[in-house]
Amino acid sequence: MTCLPAHTDKKLGLVIDLDTCVGCQACVTACKEWNTGGYMAPLTDIDPYGGDADGVWFNRVHSYEHMTEMGGRTVNFPRSCLHCETPACVTVCPTGASYKRASDGIVLVDEDKCIGCKLCSWACPYGAREFDTDVGVMKKCTLCVDRIYNDNLAEEDRVPACVAACPTSARHFGDLGDPASAISQLVAERSGVDLMPELGYHPTNKYLPPRAHTPRAASVPAPRLEPVQAEGGFLGWVDRMLSH
Amino acid sequence: MHPAFSVVFFTTATGAGYGLLALLGVLAGQGFVSPDFWLGLVSMGLALGLISAGLLSSAGHLGRPERAWRAFSQWRSSWLSREGVASVATFVPAGLFAVGWVFFGRTTGWVAVAGLLAAVGAVATVCTTGMIYASLKPIAQWHSRFTLPGYLIFSAMSGSVILNALLQGFAVGSKTMVAFSLLLTFFGWGWKLATWRHNDRLEIPTNANTATGLAGGTVRSLEWPHTEENYLLKEMGFRIARKHSAKLRRITQVLAFALPVLLLIAAFALPWPYAAVLSALATIAQFAGMLVERWLFFAEAKHTVTLYYGR
Repeated sequence: MTCLPAHTDKKLGLVIDLDTCVGCQACVTACKEWNTGGYMAPLTDIDPYGGDADGVWFNRVHSYEHMTEMGGRTVNFPRSCLHCETPACVTVCPTGASYKRASDGIVLVDEDKCIGCKLCSWACPYGAREFDTDVGVMKKCTLCVDRIYNDNLAEEDRVPACVAACPTSARHFGDLGDPASAISQLVAERSGVDLMPELGYHPTNKYLPPRAHTPRAASVPAPRLEPVQAEGGFLGWVDRMLSH
Repeated sequence: MHPAFSVVFFTTATGAGYGLLALLGVLAGQGFVSPDFWLGLVSMGLALGLISAGLLSSAGHLGRPERAWRAFSQWRSSWLSREGVASVATFVPAGLFAVGWVFFGRTTGWVAVAGLLAAVGAVATVCTTGMIYASLKPIAQWHSRFTLPGYLIFSAMSGSVILNALLQGFAVGSKTMVAFSLLLTFFGWGWKLATWRHNDRLEIPTNANTATGLAGGTVRSLEWPHTEENYLLKEMGFRIARKHSAKLRRITQVLAFALPVLLLIAAFALPWPYAAVLSALATIAQFAGMLVERWLFFAEAKHTVTLYYGR
């Protein structure tokens, strides 16, 4: 059913720290590598080595310049499904292929029911869903359902591939429905925010804004290079000859 | 939004077809149109033909058309599913009405009831189509109070202009019918102008700051995550130059509204054979104009995902 569950037991999701993300794209490739063989496989690439490369990715990292009165800075911004509490992508689905799980709140697509009408991708304000033109169905982030409950993996590896890959620990995974969980504490401590809260989708994933500029940062520039002094002797002669 | 021809044609054709079906169901069922065999065959054939061609065109837009039957299941939550259910359900009274009119030569009794039910079904189906677009929050130009009435008005307008041409073609037209289609065309013109005016003055609260959660100042896209256009940009990042848009708006106004208005005024003033030719020309011009209008409806719609790409 594409009607939303009234209540989900857990609200599993990600918290992304925009302060520490360095834009290395490791989460992007780890996601692609895991999921092209996982639940939503394949993540088709079209013309991957040609001039018109295209393909399905669940996670994309943008770079922005954020200018404020405090100055400018580069912010790397990973964008993926936010597993919203009121996801319109699910309710618009005419076939029941899209659904939100009552157990953990993960939004998934049943690829065997999807007719590829693309309406869910229109209904998502965040661009989380990407159409696989080769298979003819819609694909999206699964929060790595095939990792987080996978008994064949060591317990510490039971996190989404993007979280496991992040070298700066900018990505955190956990239950955002439990105020006592480490991830909820982190959001509270760092004043995590929703993306496009005005649209009312109530995203589960939260973003931690970059920390304020600090006065401890180096503010004195390196000394300027001085102009070359005219020299006498042999080197002065070479300089004069070469300057002609 | 990318204006896929299959969807542009689908909404234009079914809009006109359901408008024509609703008017036929009400007017013929209530005895305003004679139960003539050829008139019934051609007009109901055209109405159901436009609807069927549009629905088939929309199925062509699907990635997996062989699974289209699944789209009838989620009518509790999905306007697209409701559209599927309503469109198929409407074929039942519409088919009975067509059979009664064409094969039994009557438009009274149970045939009239079938006609009224077909009209109700047609209006309901057009409402569901309008709501598919009106319910999409990420597209401010569609998520407005102008969208649903727009679909209903344009459906009635194009249906009435076609019906007038059919009646004129069979030499059973009337000044009232010409005036009715003229009035609806004027109404449609006014509604489209009001819609454009509304869209041009939209103040959208969503911007690059709220999209990224970076409060204050300006947020400028430095680098995309990919070098070539991806699905999101192809489907939702469709851009149209401002001057191009102004030109297309003028083409829409001329073809869909101004030209049909002039032709219908002339048809109102002139006697039969001329009035019939002018009415037919008005229909052709308006259908072409409505295709441009629907193309613009998509091309001018801006999806919030474009904010992530600095577009």
